[in-house]
Amino acid sequence: MSVFILLIVVSVFVAGGFLLAFLWSVKTGQMDDDYTPSVRILFEDSVKVDQKEELKILPSSK
Amino acid sequence: MSIACYHCGADCLETIQLEDKSFCCDGCKMVFKLLDENGLCQYYDLSDMPGLTAKGHFVSEKYNYLDNTAISEQLIQFKLGEQAHVVFYLPQIHCVSCVWLLENLHKINAGIIQSKTHFEKKEIKIVFNTSLISLKQVVQLLAFVGYEPVIHLGGNDWLKKKNVNKKQLYKIGIAGFCFSNIMMLSFPEYLSNNAVELGPLRHFIIYINLLLSLPVLFYSASGFFISAYTGLRQKWLNIDAPIALAIAVTFSRSVYEILSQTGAGYLDSMSGIVFFMLIGRWFQDKSYDSFAFDRDYHSFFPLGVTVLEEGKEVNKALSSLIKGEMVLLRTDEMIPADAVLLTEGALIDYSFVTGENAPIAVAIGEMVYAGGIQKGRSIQLEVLKPVGQSYITELWNSPVLKTEKNIEKSFVHPWSQYFTIILFLIAITSGIYWSIYDSHKILPAVTAVLIVACPCSLLLTVSFTYGNVLRWLGRGKLYCKNASVIEAMHKIDTIVFDKTGTLTNHDETHLEYTGTALTVKEMVAVKSVTRESLHPLSKMITQFLRLQVSDLAEFQQIENFIGKGTKAYCDGFEIIIGSASFLMSNGIVMEDSVEKNIEGSLVCLAIDGLYKGCFKINHSYRNEIEPMMKALQAMGYELHLLSGDHPTEKVHLVQLLGNEMPMLFEQSPADKLNYIETLQNKGHRVMMVGDGLNDAGALQKSNVGIAVTDQTHLFTPASDAILEGGQMYILKNLIDYAKKAKLIIIFIFILSILYNIIGMYFATSARLSPMVAAILMPISSISIVALSALLSYLFSSKLRAYN
Repeated sequence: MSVFILLIVVSVFVAGGFLLAFLWSVKTGQMDDDYTPSVRILFEDSVKVDQKEELKILPSSK
Repeated sequence: MSIACYHCGADCLETIQLEDKSFCCDGCKMVFKLLDENGLCQYYDLSDMPGLTAKGHFVSEKYNYLDNTAISEQLIQFKLGEQAHVVFYLPQIHCVSCVWLLENLHKINAGIIQSKTHFEKKEIKIVFNTSLISLKQVVQLLAFVGYEPVIHLGGNDWLKKKNVNKKQLYKIGIAGFCFSNIMMLSFPEYLSNNAVELGPLRHFIIYINLLLSLPVLFYSASGFFISAYTGLRQKWLNIDAPIALAIAVTFSRSVYEILSQTGAGYLDSMSGIVFFMLIGRWFQDKSYDSFAFDRDYHSFFPLGVTVLEEGKEVNKALSSLIKGEMVLLRTDEMIPADAVLLTEGALIDYSFVTGENAPIAVAIGEMVYAGGIQKGRSIQLEVLKPVGQSYITELWNSPVLKTEKNIEKSFVHPWSQYFTIILFLIAITSGIYWSIYDSHKILPAVTAVLIVACPCSLLLTVSFTYGNVLRWLGRGKLYCKNASVIEAMHKIDTIVFDKTGTLTNHDETHLEYTGTALTVKEMVAVKSVTRESLHPLSKMITQFLRLQVSDLAEFQQIENFIGKGTKAYCDGFEIIIGSASFLMSNGIVMEDSVEKNIEGSLVCLAIDGLYKGCFKINHSYRNEIEPMMKALQAMGYELHLLSGDHPTEKVHLVQLLGNEMPMLFEQSPADKLNYIETLQNKGHRVMMVGDGLNDAGALQKSNVGIAVTDQTHLFTPASDAILEGGQMYILKNLIDYAKKAKLIIIFIFILSILYNIIGMYFATSARLSPMVAAILMPISSISIVALSALLSYLFSSKLRAYN
């Protein structure tokens, strides 16, 4: 039975870890905006033309 | 058919071509070119015609005041070395393309390091390098691409609000963590019949629960205790008082049971209730971040003005403007303070102050009033009064506007008082009963009553129902400041409307020509003449005639009399066009009806010395105003109309709205305020529906002030709620729905009383086990939340039908 005591303590600490993660996310402002990130993720990273050319050159120059 | 502009989607009147794309104006084309050059054309792929029309909006000198370091320092939030952070409010943000373009500003100007938008708040945070780009240039860039920031020096209010929100989330998070752990650890206790089975583990679990409940009591629930305490100090038993009592009793009894080793206590129920109530409050308070409900005149006025000092232009902060200074006012700028006109060419649009739509010509030496917008060319003014003492701003010095609006105590509060009284009666009765039969059960029974019958279900009902109703009203485009606005709406019996901008549509005016019909040739000539003038009425006539004739004629001679009219020889006609008095001074005989109507927005036309007719500007009324007004009257509301305008349209209004409705014209802002006050003194509860700065006093004084707006809520005076202009015709349904909120609350409250009776049965018989409490509490909470959501959804069917 005494193993339960250990397990309970561990479980409370694990849950406490999630609580800390939540508090941290609030503190760093991750809960401030719950809409824009969903839009932002849809944007493709448009690579500038000159950078594209550089990418083409790089492998062949090896 | 007309072609839609590739950039903004507006109809192209004069198509400007670039490659295969058409634009409505040079502004839109230039924005497109700028984006094209910087490889930002994805803007047009993300949504169709996302741009904001650039027609005549962009004036680069407008932001010269940002060069003033005193002003720019107030705007910049944070500065380190060459990096500066600034946040702007951009009400134009409306789609995915907006976010994309605004977050790619760094590709247009290398000085911008990073820009991040907040879609719902319609804010952008820009980090820029001050050595590469100035604050003024940042604002100019934003304005150029169509997102003109609304700049006002609000201080750090937004920061405070943000921290309050965070604190609420911390409290919810901690309460949720403790509640779920206590609940989980209490399961063995619920399920085991005797204490022996668990052995030492039982004590361990109970003490861990006690430890976990401490943050809930001292941190998460602190708000209830503070609120109850402040209420009691004002000798007022608010709804938080019985809740705080219930939390305190539950905790003390649990501690007693644990220490005396007689039981496990009700810590799970206690933390659960705190958790649910916090979520309810958060749900109710989560309102509209992007709306500003508390603007005073400062937000309407420019931040800076151009002052002439010894012939030089100096940018000055508005607040430091003093009497006797010379102000240079450019086209489309607002008059900052009451002043005397020094140069010619003033054409002032007072629509914002008085509601009168047509611009007024002012002669040298006459007074111009703060709040008017110059429509002609640049003029010079001499300031007569400081900003705060001008005709329009003086309103804010009146004590009525300085006192906070008296928020009425919610109808729930008296209920909670009755509830508390009944609760004590039951507790005392059961105490007396047990003192006769079994004195050991006095304490368990009495405390159990206080634990079970906590009015938290009432609080949950209220906060969730108001939260839901606020959201559904928001879908109907009526955005309320907070829940107490809904309650105030229940009691309204009188509705006062403003005319211009409220019943009529600001942006939609149409011309009407009455008189002898014009030949095509004459129309061409008139159009060619009006095209040369910058007067807004001339522009409207040009637009009007453009729909009928497309040619242009050459004119031989043209003479403009600013503020009066134009005299020209064109295509063989002598054309005199302008105000009635202008035509008369040129010796033209006119019809009597026109002669009398010198005031108002009338443009008369004479060709070859003969009066032909006149152009009249009509405000178009919003859709379906008439049936809506009739329906409101049928619902028993007393309707009034206040207008700052001339009574030219009274006949039309009587036709539209009926004879019984009191209508007052030429009302000053103070008149409107006083009118509301008189109505209130007669015992009426008044709702004011208005739009401009001239309604600001009335909106503030009324019990419910609704600001109507057509633009993306750019200019709304302080109010309780903001309504989108296009939704005016469903105002009746919106009010109706708000009233249903009370019905929903009463219904659910009856249900929660049923739960209480069941709980009471266990409590008074001193048989309330932690398990019964632990079952009853979530069931009642969750069913209340679900029912409130369901009912507010069902009742909103009429609102949804209009969307």
